[in-house]
Amino acid sequence: MISVSINGTAKALAAPISVAELLQQMELTGKRIALERNGEIVPRSQFAQQTLADGDQLEIVGAVGGG
Amino acid sequence: MSNDNLIIGGKAYNSRLLVGTGKYKDFAETRAALDASGAEIVTVAIRRTNLGQNANEPNLLDAVPMSKFTYLPNTAGCYTADDAVRTLRLARELLDGHSLVKLEVLGDPQSLYPNVIETLAAAKTLVAEGFQVMVYTSDDPIVAKQLEDIGCVAIMPLASLIGSGMGILNPWNLQLIMDRVSVPVIVDAGVGTASDAAIAMELGCDGVLMNTAIACAQNPVLMASAMKKGVEAGREAYLSGRMPRKLYSASPSSPTAGIISSVRS
Repeated sequence: MISVSINGTAKALAAPISVAELLQQMELTGKRIALERNGEIVPRSQFAQQTLADGDQLEIVGAVGGG
Repeated sequence: MSNDNLIIGGKAYNSRLLVGTGKYKDFAETRAALDASGAEIVTVAIRRTNLGQNANEPNLLDAVPMSKFTYLPNTAGCYTADDAVRTLRLARELLDGHSLVKLEVLGDPQSLYPNVIETLAAAKTLVAEGFQVMVYTSDDPIVAKQLEDIGCVAIMPLASLIGSGMGILNPWNLQLIMDRVSVPVIVDAGVGTASDAAIAMELGCDGVLMNTAIACAQNPVLMASAMKKGVEAGREAYLSGRMPRKLYSASPSSPTAGIISSVRS
């Protein structure tokens, strides 16, 4: 198991797990989101290739109403 | 007025009214207000996805499609250059490489006044990374010029505090900015009603950006229509060239000859 932070909340995950697999677990596959891993953008094209590591900090964002 | 376009970053827009998408009752009201405003550029915020959300939850992107509106992702809520830059990198990834962004770096949560030092630092980084930066700033003409020199595509000074509806508090500073800056100057924040928008445009501003004035009106859709007209009226008045003010020298509008004589009693 590894522990990662997703939008500020700690989550335990069975390793190994890719970004794409995590998004699938979270039912976010195909949703319009953007993902940052440890301060760096992970392009959509890299979701399948990048494997998460213990201690990773992820930010997953979308567009909402704002001024 | 069909040729009087607003040019930002090399792209022409018909509407000089830019509007936010926050604070509406629901997405249907958001969309109705946007349509009534005639706005083409609409600001959006970038926020953490609500994890575990209902997959069928309504989505801003469905109500306000990117095919019909130019999205202007903002950095609202950011207090450091670093957070603002990270937010807009996420926005660019989210919106398929879209590079037109609204940079705002705030100074404190009470006034939401811009932190111009952090704003300048963020603008430098973003311009270097190829973003087209429309920048929210104070009405300081020196800072405005520095932001233009960095390469920002529009300077967006506040008219008064964000969400305050206090109107155009310092028209002289807006004028000083317009005298110094050649990229579009867009009043961002503080407009309360249609006459405020008209005043900004009469001063010669290139556009007005607002959210609360429309969203928090009793009837947002009607106010959106009023703002559209206020911006258009102000723009046409500016282009017309107003008559000079003549203090203490009245001038009749009707002929002075041919007036019937007084009847003597």
